[in-house]
Amino acid sequence: MQRIALLAVASALAWPAAAGDEDLKALREEVAQMKKTYESRIASLEQRLAAAESAPAKSQSPQDGASRGAAAAGGFNPEVSLILQGQYRRMKEVPERSITGTWPAGGHAHGSEGNEERGFTLDNSELIVSANINPSFRGLLNVALKDGEAEVEEAYFQTLGLGRGFTLKGGRFLSGIGYLNEQHPHAWDFADAPLMSKALFGEHYGQDGLQLKWVAPTDLFMEFGAEIGRGANFPGTDRNGNSAGASALFAHAGGDVGRSHAWRAGLSWLTTRAKDREAHFEDTDAAGPNEVEGLFTGRSRTVVADFVWKWAPDGNAKQRNFKLQAELFRRNEHGALGCASDVATSPCAGRLGLGRLRSAQSGGYAQAVWQFMPQWRAGYRYDWLNAGSKRYDPATVFAALDPANAYFARYRPQRHSLMVDWSQDEFSRLRLQFARDRSMQGVSDNQLTLQYIMSLGAHGAHRF
Amino acid sequence: MKRLLSLFLLLAAWPAQAELRIFACEPEWAALAQELGGDRVRVYAATHALQDPHRIEARPSLIARARNARLVVCTGAELEAGWLPQVLRESGNAAVQPGRSGYFEAAQFVARLDIPSRLDRSEGDVHAAGNPHIQLDPRNLLAVAAPLAKRLGELDAANAGHYAERHQAFAEEMRAAIARWEKEAAPLRGLRVIAQHKSFSYLFNWLGLVEAGTLEPKPGIEPGSAHLAQLLAQAQARPEGGASSARGSTPGVQPARLILRTPFDSPRPGEWLAERSGLPLVTLPFTVGGSERAQDLFGLFDDTLAKLKERTP
Repeated sequence: MQRIALLAVASALAWPAAAGDEDLKALREEVAQMKKTYESRIASLEQRLAAAESAPAKSQSPQDGASRGAAAAGGFNPEVSLILQGQYRRMKEVPERSITGTWPAGGHAHGSEGNEERGFTLDNSELIVSANINPSFRGLLNVALKDGEAEVEEAYFQTLGLGRGFTLKGGRFLSGIGYLNEQHPHAWDFADAPLMSKALFGEHYGQDGLQLKWVAPTDLFMEFGAEIGRGANFPGTDRNGNSAGASALFAHAGGDVGRSHAWRAGLSWLTTRAKDREAHFEDTDAAGPNEVEGLFTGRSRTVVADFVWKWAPDGNAKQRNFKLQAELFRRNEHGALGCASDVATSPCAGRLGLGRLRSAQSGGYAQAVWQFMPQWRAGYRYDWLNAGSKRYDPATVFAALDPANAYFARYRPQRHSLMVDWSQDEFSRLRLQFARDRSMQGVSDNQLTLQYIMSLGAHGAHRF
Repeated sequence: MKRLLSLFLLLAAWPAQAELRIFACEPEWAALAQELGGDRVRVYAATHALQDPHRIEARPSLIARARNARLVVCTGAELEAGWLPQVLRESGNAAVQPGRSGYFEAAQFVARLDIPSRLDRSEGDVHAAGNPHIQLDPRNLLAVAAPLAKRLGELDAANAGHYAERHQAFAEEMRAAIARWEKEAAPLRGLRVIAQHKSFSYLFNWLGLVEAGTLEPKPGIEPGSAHLAQLLAQAQARPEGGASSARGSTPGVQPARLILRTPFDSPRPGEWLAERSGLPLVTLPFTVGGSERAQDLFGLFDDTLAKLKERTP
């Protein structure tokens, strides 16, 4: 430090003596610079004149003015983009689709519900508006529109000027846990979410809260993040409390290997709290089974490990590229199970406590997508969930709830998906997907999906 | 103890000696920054000559490099719209955000060509700010070098003189080289060529070459068979031999003589057309590192001109 201070003092002392020469030199340079810029301007004017002469029909200057206004997107005009999505889907008619052995993420209707419709359907149209608010902040809004519903998927501000690798995000945003969670459906490589995402969050986990991220000052990419939020989304519930209902931590690392390979790996941890989280169950009423509400109150902890590896010959992904992506999770829940019903004869009539519930589940997916020629990609995905373990007192629970309920089944849901898509450029994509879905015990469903994804407007920058 | 002390002193003196870290989006700006900065800068090139600068992903390695940069030098004019905004936002580096002194857009300092009259995606991936591939006119490099040297001096005031000196030397050398290249390329004036993408507009504008067509039907759209067949018909419509050139063809319109591509364009469409039309397919380096000879900005133009002249009798 001393050395710097000394240097500074010395240079400050030396300054006045050298100032005369320096000034003159600076002046000369400035004149030279001015001359240069004028020369280059004249040269460019000459170029334009020549161009105008060779093509007299086209006048350059008014176009120039018009486009300069349009080019200022991001300055005063926000960037607006609209995603249109829809599909044709052929599959079995299954009343109340669910994933056997898991607590249904019913609270999160969007997406999971849409994927149960058969035939021609319109998916959410996403409207995305974003811009820098001022030199310190940027804002983004993502609204999913469908049939009289406008769901705010994301609405957040983000700091630009915190520096030292820190970024703070506030509002509603997709949590940074895992890999796929932060991607919107239009960026997915398959027509639907992995079983893992459906089982864990319904589709993806959104936070209403704050996220702080830090990128380490190393050449190897290392990023650490922490989130706190309301925690109203599955696997939590809205508890209307003053304290945060959910918190998350995540760490990502990544880099390149040679010119052709890039990778990213991460580990994330999410904890949420639920109060009276509902799911449909059938009871043991002697007069005939009733549909009752199963209720869970307790804590849910999820750990997700993610890994992505991309290959493109010489880093040029334009012709051919390959992407391998896998995520694994483990979720532990512990708390109290209960049930409630309005039917007087139901054992759950009113409300009934069923003792403690402790569950541990795991699963994941692995997928590979290969662009074998420009515009064409093919992909395969394998999904699986493990039955895991559930600990409760069977005597108490099965006195009220039917042991045949899918939640109590020991089953290993699986799905194989194959897809081919064609993208004329990055603004349009058509996809054909075939899936063999065995996520429900006793149902083997062959699903065919034909999907389109179209982007209008601003050229969105996508994540890795 | 002594060793520990010297280590401590070394650490204390480190910030004063640290080089200015520069994140250059394209190899040409990495080369230019290196020319101007010499040993006072440490330049990282985010892309290389075999990559299409339109189609880069916001890879973790780029975010990590942008995190530590004090200056980001990019083309701008929406060339990097698909990845740079993401990289800069994720980096958490306040100094290099657009609008700050650590963010430098080269295209702002040159007169841009191909400014679209119609801003509509039915025209393909058009850039409102005009054609962003500005590096193949060396006069543009001169126009960018001056403000870049100035910016380096502002960010690293202690070495401002160094940058100004190096800039002067570079500008002189470049001006001399431009005079030489223009003389060498005089016979190329009026040469009609077919380019794969609108990658060479500034080169053509500088040397007076004429773009007779592009393999891409619209910017950013992959060449399709219908469009290629049309180009082939055009190329074959040319009169055979010198004697017949007077009759049949429109007077004044010469046939295209070359097909040009960059190292990262797919070779197939060009090969298809070359095979059927008999026109030679030439791969120009496009940027620094695009060929064995194009190892710096001077080599880039030496090699480009040599390749053009080699295939034109």
